[in-house]
Amino acid sequence: MESLELEIAEWRSFVGQVPAVDGRDVDELEAHLRDQIADLNAAGLAADEAFLIAVKRMGSLDVLAREFAREHTGRLWRQLVLSGADEERAVASRWLEALLFAAGAAVTLLVALLVAGYPDEQPDWLYRNVSLLVIPFLAGWLARERRLPWRTLLVPAAVFLAAAVVINAYPFEEDGATEVLAVTHLPVVLWFVVAYPYMSGVLHSHERRMDFVRFTGEWFIYYTLIALGGGVLTALTGAVLEPTGVDPDVVANWVLPIGSAGAVVVAAWLVESKQRVVENMAPVLTMIFTPLFAVMLAGAAISYAVTGLGEAFDRELLGVFDALMVVVLGLVLYGMSAREPSPTPGWMDRIQLGAVVSALLLDVMVLASMADRIGDLGFTANRAAALGLNLVLLVNLSVAAWLSVRFLARSVPFHRLERWQTSYLPVFALWAAVVVVILPPAFGFE
Amino acid sequence: MQIDKDLVAASATPLVLAILAEGKSYGYAILKRVRELSDGELEWTDGMLYPLLHRLQRLGFVTPEWEAPTGGRRRKYYALTDEGHAALAGHKRQWVTVTRALGDVWGGGDMPPLALGGA
Repeated sequence: MESLELEIAEWRSFVGQVPAVDGRDVDELEAHLRDQIADLNAAGLAADEAFLIAVKRMGSLDVLAREFAREHTGRLWRQLVLSGADEERAVASRWLEALLFAAGAAVTLLVALLVAGYPDEQPDWLYRNVSLLVIPFLAGWLARERRLPWRTLLVPAAVFLAAAVVINAYPFEEDGATEVLAVTHLPVVLWFVVAYPYMSGVLHSHERRMDFVRFTGEWFIYYTLIALGGGVLTALTGAVLEPTGVDPDVVANWVLPIGSAGAVVVAAWLVESKQRVVENMAPVLTMIFTPLFAVMLAGAAISYAVTGLGEAFDRELLGVFDALMVVVLGLVLYGMSAREPSPTPGWMDRIQLGAVVSALLLDVMVLASMADRIGDLGFTANRAAALGLNLVLLVNLSVAAWLSVRFLARSVPFHRLERWQTSYLPVFALWAAVVVVILPPAFGFE
Repeated sequence: MQIDKDLVAASATPLVLAILAEGKSYGYAILKRVRELSDGELEWTDGMLYPLLHRLQRLGFVTPEWEAPTGGRRRKYYALTDEGHAALAGHKRQWVTVTRALGDVWGGGDMPPLALGGA
């Protein structure tokens, strides 16, 4: 009997190594194995024979791993299950490709900087086109990584081309609000174009949309880490070179923009190949920051409700609140994508609802104050953009809060919340596109 | 008789839902019930049942609960939800249609009535 326990323990640790199978699943499978062994024992088989047959009936570990991975894509995300050694070799050979695309982005930006006469000259067209010079390389690398056929690239290529035409052909007034709006919203539009090669062109799949959300969150984490490291490196390089008479500004002026361009692809490559590392880090980050933001938002909502918004609520503050709302939505979305598919609501779900409700309260106050402003002073491009973003967020967060309440009351499965967010993603893309394409002519390019 | 793999896969969801409609159950017992219902003709690889159960759980058709009956082993029991009942009814309609069509074209009589368990 002791040897049976030993064998079961060994089997447990073996199954537990499959990335898509977690501890609770192993418990469940072990209960099954023990039931089977008990039945076979009762039928007259010896313990070791019963164990062998029970394991055999469970199915080969490869097939089991694949089936679990298919259901738990969230966990699979940690690492592609299918045969580990091959995968590692493939990743190793692919880093060169990623590096080439990263270098492509960096060199393209460098050429643009040289043509513009940077850093003495910083013409408007440089700012307008920065994202267009970099993001297509990310899309290209993803297409290459996924071995997409050439004709599927026509869609993103067409959008990139259209964006380039719009952003360069529009007669923007110099340093006008519409130009700033278009330049800041263009990267958002282009990021959604990246979703096309990322999802291999299958845009209607909700699972793949969720994967793209996860990818976005993890890309952001890696990019921030690279930026921090890069910042330290540049500062130190400048300091070390100072005695030799090299102006540290030269280092900062050239290394920073070129490095940031290359890092866009490198961060994506890290997300794709080092998924296991982030898988461990990301849920921890959301676990830390969701409660903190919930407390901050609740505090802000209460104090604004008590003191009233008054005159202090100027335009800059509106911008801050828009940014805050976007961050909350990002946390909710990312927390959702990293959530273990447990059917019962946990305390994190409650905290998240708290954050969403506080954000909603703030949003309603912001909208009221903005309606006031617009009533007094009329529409401007900035107000229209801020109002639109607020409405887009308001609809999203209201339905999200309502579904959360119903999920906490256990009248809808968590799945419905995910569905709502993944169905809503195109609205964000559409709104960003409206700000880039429609808003400038509507406000006379001022 | 070897039942075609695709057919086994297609019938897995309605079969599991129907068995759970008889009352909550756990993986091993569900598999035993499948063998019993099909006189051992439907053979599943045991492990494959669990990803299926987890999928049904994600879709909100079943709710799991760990339970240890007195003197028994701790097992994960799955119970059918209202949505699960609705999904089962949908599956039932489809299968009745398919079996009726096959029964008609094969000359009636030969097709036994569809046994998907009580719902």
